[in-house]
Amino acid sequence: MFLINCPYCGEREQAEFSCGGEAHIVRPKNPPDLTDDQWSEYLFMRKNIKGIQFERWNHSNGCRRWFNVARNTATDEILKIYNMGEKPPNISGDALDTPSGEPEIGSGNISTSYTKK
Amino acid sequence: MHKKPIKYSVFSLFKNALSYHENWQPVWRSPTLKTEYDAIIIGGGGHGLTTAYYLAKNHGLTKIAVVEKGWIGGGNTGRNTTIIRSNYLWDQSAGLYEHALKLWEGMSQELNFNVMFSQRGVMNVAHNLHDVRELKRRWHANRLNDIDCEWLNTKQVKEFCPIINTSPNIRYPVLGATLQRRAGTARHDAVAWGYARGADAMGVDIIQNCEVTGINVQNGNVTGIETTKGRINSNRIGVAAAGHSSVIANMVGIRLPIESRPLQALVSEPVKPILDTVVMSNTIHAYVSQSDKGELVIGAGTDGYTSYTQRGGFNIVEDTIMAVVELFPLFSRMKMLRHWGGIVDICPDASPIISKTHIKGLYFNCGWGTGGFKATPGSGWVFAHTIANDQPHTLNAPFNINRFSSGELVDEHGAAAVAH
Repeated sequence: MFLINCPYCGEREQAEFSCGGEAHIVRPKNPPDLTDDQWSEYLFMRKNIKGIQFERWNHSNGCRRWFNVARNTATDEILKIYNMGEKPPNISGDALDTPSGEPEIGSGNISTSYTKK
Repeated sequence: MHKKPIKYSVFSLFKNALSYHENWQPVWRSPTLKTEYDAIIIGGGGHGLTTAYYLAKNHGLTKIAVVEKGWIGGGNTGRNTTIIRSNYLWDQSAGLYEHALKLWEGMSQELNFNVMFSQRGVMNVAHNLHDVRELKRRWHANRLNDIDCEWLNTKQVKEFCPIINTSPNIRYPVLGATLQRRAGTARHDAVAWGYARGADAMGVDIIQNCEVTGINVQNGNVTGIETTKGRINSNRIGVAAAGHSSVIANMVGIRLPIESRPLQALVSEPVKPILDTVVMSNTIHAYVSQSDKGELVIGAGTDGYTSYTQRGGFNIVEDTIMAVVELFPLFSRMKMLRHWGGIVDICPDASPIISKTHIKGLYFNCGWGTGGFKATPGSGWVFAHTIANDQPHTLNAPFNINRFSSGELVDEHGAAAVAH
């Protein structure tokens, strides 16, 4: 559970919103010319990043407007909210030490970061 | 070679009781990492361990390493609701899950380790006319695939599970249910421990607290992996990393159609035996069973966004609890003890990917999403076959990665009994 600061309504619970998945995937301009692999890439393949991910959100139980969010999927921390159509911002949060490592704070997963006191 | 593990029996129990159970040998070794292996399995959960086990047992490979970033069974193997069933709609899925169910039936004997497999039946409840048609269709499809399945009307549901609320006046009344009697539950930890012990006994090295940081590829062939404990060489690498599959795939530029999301579950305080079966409902989204400790094990739905945090929103839990309380009003004052989330790898068609990749020697077993536990032994069986022969087993051939280009999807959304 986290809060999302809707650019139109202000801060609300995540439950009011729907995630529209990875942002900045552009619909192909020449659909008839695409191969099956290219369609597959557009329709199904996703980066599914552990770390900072750019994604679309919709305030579905509120103003019902769309916007983009830069969120750290390892901690659920939201780093930036920006308008649809804008280019992804150049931001870097706390990078993970290893590709599938865990952040010190903010993850429920302690399997690699836990050190016995 | 190392010392063979002792066989568990009433005699070994008695013998160790005499020394106050202080002299049991460790269930598996903590081996030092070798520099080269015949095969490396990334991920020490149920699927990774069964893969190593069947590689050793069915295919004669013994120089195998299982590398796990945390501890054995500490990921999704320890975070599921332990339901096992094979009543899937499509032939491809039915073949895969039924094969797994048959392996479950002999597992405790084969491993000499009690996995507490309990065939207490799984009931999928229908609440409206559409559910009834959908479930009856699945019932017939199961029968055609030689999978046991029965249709129960409301009265028979009440007889089979007397505490369920079959009043016609509730918001989603019980109009009937399918029942797979051979389905049931098992002890999740024991499955990981049993297979770890079995694989270890055949010489498999289980390396815990060892995270993969890179995959080495030369001229389109995989040559080994980089880990937090150093480099390991092998020309056969199987990835069974569940929610972290995309993280591994991104290391070598393989594109996967997977989104990793939290899936929550919770258990209640322990009570005396009250529910002797597993009850699932797709429409109101609830599934509940009672563990041998007496806790109600309740599964919720996935949260609708990508996250690797192993926790989700309380609104998801609330929805599930509302559904459970409507079906079982007598649970309304029970207290919940623990609550957790696991990171599940959701595929667009809700079916797994057990496949070769465009890199020779690199294999992926992922996309099990919300329902991988039931397939644990079958998944390892076919994945071991794929790795050993560089060819898929007939059972997992339909579950290749190319289906997302060819369009031959195995669409089990909803058909798989619980949609997420």
